[in-house]
Amino acid sequence: MNETIRELLTRVGGLPVAVTELEDGADLYAAGLSSFASVQLMLGLEEAFDIEFPDNLLNRKSFASIAAIEQTVSHILKAREAA
Amino acid sequence: MDLQVSFLDRLFDAGLLIETGVDGLYGRSGQFEDVIAAFERLIDRVGGADGAEAMRFPPGMNRAFFETSGYMKSFPQLAGTIHSFCGNELDHMNLLKCMEVGEEDWTKGQEATDIVLTPAACYPLYPTVARRGKLPAGGSLFDLQSYCFRHEPSKDPARQQLFRMREYVCMGTERHVTDFRQSWMDRGVEMMKSVGLEVTIDIANDPFFGRAGKMLVNNQRDQNLKFELLIPITSVAKPTACMSFNYHQDSFGLKWGLNLEDGSVAHTACVGFGLERIALALFHTHGLDIKEWPENVRATLWG
Repeated sequence: MNETIRELLTRVGGLPVAVTELEDGADLYAAGLSSFASVQLMLGLEEAFDIEFPDNLLNRKSFASIAAIEQTVSHILKAREAA
Repeated sequence: MDLQVSFLDRLFDAGLLIETGVDGLYGRSGQFEDVIAAFERLIDRVGGADGAEAMRFPPGMNRAFFETSGYMKSFPQLAGTIHSFCGNELDHMNLLKCMEVGEEDWTKGQEATDIVLTPAACYPLYPTVARRGKLPAGGSLFDLQSYCFRHEPSKDPARQQLFRMREYVCMGTERHVTDFRQSWMDRGVEMMKSVGLEVTIDIANDPFFGRAGKMLVNNQRDQNLKFELLIPITSVAKPTACMSFNYHQDSFGLKWGLNLEDGSVAHTACVGFGLERIALALFHTHGLDIKEWPENVRATLWG
């Protein structure tokens, strides 16, 4: 999952730094992730993992770092399994 | 809804607004314009000493600037583009035939021009200021007013498709522009009180399009980027935004290349007055006959 997220970030994140240089916990907004790029990232994650973000997770916190994204996606996948 | 229709009908009956057959597209009477002119003079009295540089643009803007602004990413549903006939004589004949028969849409052959309807009064400002080079260290302040277009037909007289927006736009450091925004939130409340309007201020968001827009809405609200001054017009439960106070962080600075003297990216903020909405709030609160308005309100507006 970490790799898929990093690939997506490279493709749609538009970051001025190399994604490989970023730690999992690094603040993506501080690294230059724009609001619009975070929306692209969200749509890309939905497609890659065949999930749909519920409204309450569509916020800055969910996309604040690679670790946060992993956590958010895992949470959605787990909720789907439980359903 | 009924309440909205009836207020709109009352405005038509009183001759304040003039029906055109299209929802949200109205003429205005001399009286209606008098109120808007008087309120703009009040804005001048409150904000004039700040020394803003005034600029007035027509309600159309350069399409290239509109494209750079990213408006279509966020609000494609509201945008209006200007299209014209660009064909030859044969195309003209076909066009007339098409209009006469009326079976096909004659507008299909219209081609986009270089002009797009202005969605907010400040949109033409940013590229204009960017062309001048670096901003002075103390920042810059601008005064704008324009008719604006948003494609959202409605029977709510407070939601028109072509309406005027008066704006002050501040460019400078984060501190400078957020102080500017705060001072206008305080001034806005005082101004509305001075003309007898009950107001509240609340955190707000722009009408971003689609599901992706939900995320932009949440981001905007989480970061307190937009506030609105609300006045009940057609509903007490859902009062109407008559002013908005927007902090763009450095997003417009980055997008347009607005830099301060020391080379840092400028932060920007704007304060907008919805002039028709304010006039409607006054008519709704004080009645449709200006002569009957409370003396202190008339004195504030007309001295």
